[in-house]
Amino acid sequence: MTYGETLRTALEALRGHRLRSALTVLGILIGIAAVILTVGLGQGAQAQVRDQISKLGSNLLIVAPGSTTSASGVRGGRGSSSTLTVADADALGDDGVAPDVTAVAAVSTSSQSLTAGTTNWTANVVGTTPSWAQVRARTLSSGRFLTDDDVAQSRPVAVLGPTTATELFGGRGAVGQSVTVNGSTFTVVGVLQAIGSTTGTDEDDQAVVPRTTYATRVAGSTTRAAVSTIYLQATSQETLTAAYQEANALLQTRHGVTAAAADFTLSSQQSLISTATATDRTLTVLLAGVAGISLLVGALGIGNMMLVSVSERVREIGLRKALGATPAAVRRQFLVEASALGLSGGVAGVLLALVGAAVLPVLLDQPVTVSVAAAATAVGVSLLIGVVAGVYPASRAARLAPIDALRNE
Amino acid sequence: MTAILSLRDVRKTYVMGDLEVQALAGISMDVHEGEYVAVMGPSGSGKSTLMHILGCLDVPTSGTYELAGTDVSSMTEAQLAEVRNRRIGFVFQGFNLLPTLSAWRNVELPLCYAGVGREERRERAVAALERVGLGGRVDHRPGELSGGQQQRVAVARALVTDPALILADEPTGNLDSRSTADVLGLLQDLSAAGRTIMLITHEADVAEAAQRTVRIRDGLVERLAGAA
Repeated sequence: MTYGETLRTALEALRGHRLRSALTVLGILIGIAAVILTVGLGQGAQAQVRDQISKLGSNLLIVAPGSTTSASGVRGGRGSSSTLTVADADALGDDGVAPDVTAVAAVSTSSQSLTAGTTNWTANVVGTTPSWAQVRARTLSSGRFLTDDDVAQSRPVAVLGPTTATELFGGRGAVGQSVTVNGSTFTVVGVLQAIGSTTGTDEDDQAVVPRTTYATRVAGSTTRAAVSTIYLQATSQETLTAAYQEANALLQTRHGVTAAAADFTLSSQQSLISTATATDRTLTVLLAGVAGISLLVGALGIGNMMLVSVSERVREIGLRKALGATPAAVRRQFLVEASALGLSGGVAGVLLALVGAAVLPVLLDQPVTVSVAAAATAVGVSLLIGVVAGVYPASRAARLAPIDALRNE
Repeated sequence: MTAILSLRDVRKTYVMGDLEVQALAGISMDVHEGEYVAVMGPSGSGKSTLMHILGCLDVPTSGTYELAGTDVSSMTEAQLAEVRNRRIGFVFQGFNLLPTLSAWRNVELPLCYAGVGREERRERAVAALERVGLGGRVDHRPGELSGGQQQRVAVARALVTDPALILADEPTGNLDSRSTADVLGLLQDLSAAGRTIMLITHEADVAEAAQRTVRIRDGLVERLAGAA
């Protein structure tokens, strides 16, 4: 019997038990759709986090101060100490010491109340250097960014994030206007291009001022030399590891500490992404596991239906054998029936998952990523499930002796 | 005349737990091409076992069985399937038609397993149905046909592969007397056309339709009667 003939016979047999076949297919359908959607939700969430972290800049390394340990032994969290200084940033910028670091931006941040006329707005005020724009991959929508002269002469100038500018000045142009921070008046010289918020802080809601002006006019004098974060940019993706090692070695030497007792944390975007997505990934694996179990139950459904089908059709099998069906032909027919069940469940499951992927983001406000590879894998797996679930029933059918099968009245 | 099938000291023993049951105790017989032979015997005589062996549905415990010049007594399951497909046409007591398939689809089944192409299968199935007088019922399902007509479909299915032997196992057992006469008349026609037919029955009047009768009792051939 040809494969086309076998397939036709199998489909006719399945059509003969429409309801039973449909319910069996439903078991696989639900399992496949559940696996695709849970994995899709997980991947969507991870992609969202990855996307936001990559908005921080490219080839970025981030140095944060380590934790403090008080005399009584209480350790503060990461960033609680103020061990990083402007001098560290300057040393990192030295091409002789760290040749793979192309740009350095030391940043001091505090939350401040900004006043423009009668309007009040609280935003992060960032004290930094002109290289900040390059390191953080920011461009301007109007005006100019900070210059070396602004830093050298401690000019009272500020570059606002788009959200901050809108909140303070409404639709009017912010450039040239004045904003008061901590009693000092700053002139707005530029407005940043929006990038969308990233994890943690709203990157569109901040005021960027020269480091020197920040130290004298915004922060208290005691922390003048301390910075809260140093951003480093490696020359390229390939030199990221080299830049990491150079920065690490330099800071350990400068602070006179060993790796085990480092008073700073050096992290890359990649490590931030893995940390941030680790929970998502665990959850995804867990949920996909549960969905996988429902798929397994669906597979048992196919196996069960095929066993029932074989015992119901003992006479048919006997007749087919009497008419010349070899054991292999009988086995093939039942395997094809089981595979057809699995495959239709898989295809229908993928279709349901595509509908779900279109509807769920609206309902849950969560992105769902369904890749072609995932859909193709799902269809392949469902076919495989059909074959595996059909092996035992099919070989039982093939082993039936024709006389026993025909005798069954 | 050449022997289309020949049995030599065929024995069949079933083991049921500790008990050994000898269903066939050494049967030897020849059937020649074009013969119409009835095998008769009461229930328990071994005629069903003999029919299974003649139909290559089972193999003898010992002895040889040659069908159309080939020894089939020690063939594998797959080889036997091919012999059944090409050499034997079955007509069963219970018709054994597949209820979901139309008459011609039932008749073409053996051709599917023989690997015949679709066009040719349809042609040959319709021709076989015409041969048994059901040319106007090719698209009817078994449920839409009378018992006699269903058995005619089964005969058409037995004919369609042009087999060396037609093996009819109690073909009239489920039929009323009119349909019985109908089916026996059909077998008579086929015999007249040169077909080799073996008819297994326990009814004497049915066996009378054949040219000769082989009686089986206790697993042995009792005596030969009629023309040889």
